[in-house]
Amino acid sequence: MLHALLLVGVQTIVLLVVAPFVVGLIRKVKARLQCRRGAGVFQPYADLAKLFRKQPVVSTTTSWIFTATPYILFASTLAAGLLVPVFASKMPLNFAGNIIALVYLLALGTFFLILAGLDAGSAFGGMGSSREAIVASLTEPAMILSIFAIALTAGSTNLSTIVHKTALLEGIVTDPAPHLMALAALFIVALAETGRVPVDNPATHLELTMIHEAMVLEYSGRYLALVEWAAGIKLLVFLTLIANVFAPWGIATTHTPAAIGIGILVYLVKVSGLAVLIGTIESMFAKLRLFRVTDLLGVAFILALLALVFFYILRG
Amino acid sequence: MTTLLLALLGCYAAGIFLPLCLPGRPRIQNVIANGLAGAAGLLGVILSLMGLLSAQPLLLSVPSTLPFLTFAIQIDPLAAFFVLTISLAGLAVSIFALGYLVEYSGRRSMGALGALYNGFLLSMTLVVIADDGFFFLVVWELMSLVSYFLVVTEHEKAEVRYAGFFYLIMMHVGTAFIILTFLIFFQEAGSFSFEAFRHPEQPLPEGMRTFAFLLALIGFGTKAGIVPLHVWLPYAHPAAPSHISALMSGVMIKTAIYALIRVYFDFLGGQFPWWWGFVILVVGAVSALLGVLYALMEHDLKSLLAYHSVENIGIILLGIGAGMIFQAFGLKDFAALGLLAGLYHTINHAMFKALLFLGAGALLSVTHTRNMEEYGGLLRRMPWTGFFFLIGAVSIAALPPTNGFVSEWLVFQTLFLSFHLPALFLKLMLPIAAAMLALTGVLALACFAKAFGISFLAQPRSGHARHAEEVSPAMRIGMAALAGVCVVLGLAPMVVVPWLDRITEPLIGASIQGKVLALDGWALAPVNVEFSSLSTPALALMLAGLAALGLVLAWLFGGRITARYYKTWGCGLNLTPRMEYTAIGFVQPIKRVFSTLYRPTVKLETEFIEESRYFAKRRWFEFHIEPVFQRYLYDPVVAFFSTMADRLRFIQSGSLHLYLTYIFVTLVLLLLIAM
Repeated sequence: MLHALLLVGVQTIVLLVVAPFVVGLIRKVKARLQCRRGAGVFQPYADLAKLFRKQPVVSTTTSWIFTATPYILFASTLAAGLLVPVFASKMPLNFAGNIIALVYLLALGTFFLILAGLDAGSAFGGMGSSREAIVASLTEPAMILSIFAIALTAGSTNLSTIVHKTALLEGIVTDPAPHLMALAALFIVALAETGRVPVDNPATHLELTMIHEAMVLEYSGRYLALVEWAAGIKLLVFLTLIANVFAPWGIATTHTPAAIGIGILVYLVKVSGLAVLIGTIESMFAKLRLFRVTDLLGVAFILALLALVFFYILRG
Repeated sequence: MTTLLLALLGCYAAGIFLPLCLPGRPRIQNVIANGLAGAAGLLGVILSLMGLLSAQPLLLSVPSTLPFLTFAIQIDPLAAFFVLTISLAGLAVSIFALGYLVEYSGRRSMGALGALYNGFLLSMTLVVIADDGFFFLVVWELMSLVSYFLVVTEHEKAEVRYAGFFYLIMMHVGTAFIILTFLIFFQEAGSFSFEAFRHPEQPLPEGMRTFAFLLALIGFGTKAGIVPLHVWLPYAHPAAPSHISALMSGVMIKTAIYALIRVYFDFLGGQFPWWWGFVILVVGAVSALLGVLYALMEHDLKSLLAYHSVENIGIILLGIGAGMIFQAFGLKDFAALGLLAGLYHTINHAMFKALLFLGAGALLSVTHTRNMEEYGGLLRRMPWTGFFFLIGAVSIAALPPTNGFVSEWLVFQTLFLSFHLPALFLKLMLPIAAAMLALTGVLALACFAKAFGISFLAQPRSGHARHAEEVSPAMRIGMAALAGVCVVLGLAPMVVVPWLDRITEPLIGASIQGKVLALDGWALAPVNVEFSSLSTPALALMLAGLAALGLVLAWLFGGRITARYYKTWGCGLNLTPRMEYTAIGFVQPIKRVFSTLYRPTVKLETEFIEESRYFAKRRWFEFHIEPVFQRYLYDPVVAFFSTMADRLRFIQSGSLHLYLTYIFVTLVLLLLIAM
C-alpha cells in the first residue's frame, strides 16, 4: 500500500514538475528559430509562482462554475496523467481506467472549460468555447480510431499493458506500417487537442484567431495559474503517450529504485526531444483557418483508418 | 410477490379512479394522484428488485371471456429490470409533479390529468410484464392512447394539436407493424401466449423469421424513435407537460427496447444471421449521430432533449447490435457484454433524461418559455435546479465518473472486441461504429455545454430569467432523487452488473459477471484486466484527491488571498446580455462544418435609418435547417395518400342509399369469392 502510494506520488510530482519545463522548452526552441534569445527554459515556473501570489479578479456575473473549473480541470488532467505510464510501465493506478477513460477524463476538463468560457458573459469567452467545441468534436473520432489501431497491435486497450508489452518487445515491431500511421494520426490529434499550431496558437491574444486563450481570458491569479498548469500537463500527457506507446524503450519494467531512476532520466530525454519537435513544427507552419482544421483532422482520421486496414491485411 | 404486484396494480387503479371522484378539489386530487403513483413506484422498485433476484419468474394468469385474450403476466429478470426503470422514474417524477402541477391547477382538470398520469404508468408497467401477445397489444395501444391525451393537455395551442395528431398517426403505423409481427408468430404457434411464441409447434421458416425481424424493427422502432422513424419525437415530447415528457422520453420509448430484446433474444431464441445485428448496429450508429446533430441545432430546450433521446436510443442499439453480431458467430461472452451494455445504458438514460426533462420543466415553470435564448444566469437564481441539471448534463455527455460514461465505455469495449470476429468487413465496421460513437459523444458534450452554459451561466437574457426564483421543495426533491440514482449507477457498477447479468444469462446462455468484474468488483474489466479496465470509484477518488491537491498547491504557493469581484471587461462599454454568445452563435461552427446535412437557410433583413444606409435601425435574423426526413421521406408519402383519397372521393357522395348498395355489392362479391 505504502509502496503504491509512493509510486503514485512520484508520478504526480514528475508530471507537475516536468509540465512547465516542456512549455518553457518549446518556447525557447521557437525563440531560437526566430533568431531571438527568448526567455529561459525555466521561465514558466516563475510565471506560475507569480500568478499564484497575485490577487485574482473574478467577474461579478460569474457563478461557482467559474471558480470551480480550474480545480476540476487541474484534477481531471492530472488524473488522466496518472493513467499513463510515465517512467514505469506498471503502475498501481492503471486499473482505474484504460485509454478510453483517459480520453473522457480530458473531455471532462474541456466541458468545464467551455462552461467557464461562457460564464463571464463576454463575447470572447463564448467565441473560444464555441470553437473549442468544434475542434474537440472533430478530433475525437480520429483519436479513438488511432487508439484502437494501437490497441490492436498490442492486443490491449490498457495503456500499461500496451507499454509493457512494447517495452519487452513482444511482437509489436512486426508490423511497423500500421503503427507508424497510427502514430502520425495521434500526433495530429495531439496538436489539435493541446491547442498548438497549426490548429490554435498558444502565443496569440488576437480576437480573431484564439481558441484556448479566449476561453480562459477572464482568469487571473491562482485560477489562471491552475489553468495554465493544467494546459501544460495536458500537453505533457500527450507527449508521454506518444513517447511511451511508440518508443517505450528505457521505461522501468520493474519497481527497483535504479530502474525508476533510469526511467525518469530516459523519460526526460524523450519528452524533451518531442518538445523540440513541436517547437520546430510551430515555427515551420502557419496557423490554419478554423474551417480548414476539418481537412487536417480528416487526414488524421483517414490515417487511423488506414492503420486499421493495414493491420488486418498484414495479419491476414 | 403476487401480493406486492396486486398492491402495485391497485395503487395505480386507485390513482386512476379516486382523482376523478373528487371534482372541484384540485389540490387534493393532485396529492392523491401523485401520492398513489409515487407509492406504486416505490412498490414497483421493491417488486422488481425481488423479481431480479428471485430464481423463479412470477407467473399470473387470469382468463378472459374474449377469444384469444388472456391476462397473463410474467415477471422474469428482463421484465423486472424494465419495471425497475419505470418505477424509479415514476417515483421521482411523481414527487416532482406534486409541486409542478400546482401551476396547472385551475387551468386544467387535475382529476383527468392525475387519472391519465396513473393510467400511463400502469399501461407501461403492464406492457413490460404482459405474457400474452393479445394482452400486450391491448396495453401497448392503451399506452399510446393515454400518452396521446397527455401530449394534447394544452390542446388550445395549434402546434400542440399538430404534435398530438402526428404522434397518434406514427404510433398507429407502428402498431400495425407490431400486429403483423405477432401474427407471424401466431401462425406457427397457434396461440397468442408468449410461451407458445417461444416454442412454436413448428419452427418458423427462415423467410418468416427475417420478415418478423424487419417488422418488429419498424414497429417497435417507431416507438423507440430510430432514424428515420424519429420524426414524431421532437414534436410530441416538448408539447406534453414536462413531467410527462420526462416519462415519455426517459421511460416510454424504452418499452420498445424491451420489446425488441424480447422478440429477438427470447421469441427467436437468439438464433439469427449476423446481418440482423449489423442492421441494428447501422440503425444505432445513424440514430446516435443524427440525433445529436439535430439536437445541436435546437434552441428549444425540450426539443433539444427530445432529439437526445434519438441519440441515446442509438447508443443502446449500438450495444445490442454488436451483441447480436457476436451472438451470430457464437461468441456468447461478447454477445452478453453487448446486451449488458445496452441495458445499462437503458436505465442510465432513463434516469438522466428524466432528470433533464424535470429540470427543463422547472425552468419552464419559472420563466414560461422553452427558448434557451431567453434564459441565462439561472444558476445564481436557481442553484439547486442548476446543480441537478448539471449532474444530468455531465451524465448524458458521458463524462467520468458518471453513469453515462460507464455504459458508453462498455459499448466502446464491446465494439473494440470486434477483432475476434472472423469477417474482415465486420472487423472494420465495428471500429468505425466506435468512431461514430466517439463523435456522437463529444457532440453531445458540446450540446450540453451549450444547453447548460447558455441557460444557466452569464447574465440573464430576458426579464423572465432576471426574476426567476428557485422552484418548490417537492420539485427539488424529485430532481435530487434522480440525480442521486445517476451518481449511484455511475459509482456502483459492481452492484448493477450482477443484476444485469441475471437478465442476459438466460437470454444468451452465458454468465459473464465473473468476467466483467475484477478486483472484487472494484473495476470493470471486460474479458480481463490486461485487456481493459475501468474503476469509476477509483476515478472519483482520484478526481477528489487531485482537486484537493490543487487547493493545497494554491494555498502553498499563494497563501490566503481573497479574490476581488468586478464586472467583466466589455471593451470600454458596459457589458449587456446582448453581447453574450447566443445558443445559435455557439453552434455556428458546427452548423458550417455539417452544412451538407443541415442545408441551412439564413434570412437577414435590415431596416436602415432614413438619413443613411450606413446605420441599421433594426435587423431580423432567421435561421432554419432543412427537415430532410420530413421533406423527402414523409411528405411524398402523405402527398400520395392525399392524392389517392382525392381520386376516391367520387364514391363518397354522402347518400345513404348509395352506401347500402356498396355494402350489398361487397357482400355479394365476398360470397362469390367464398364459393
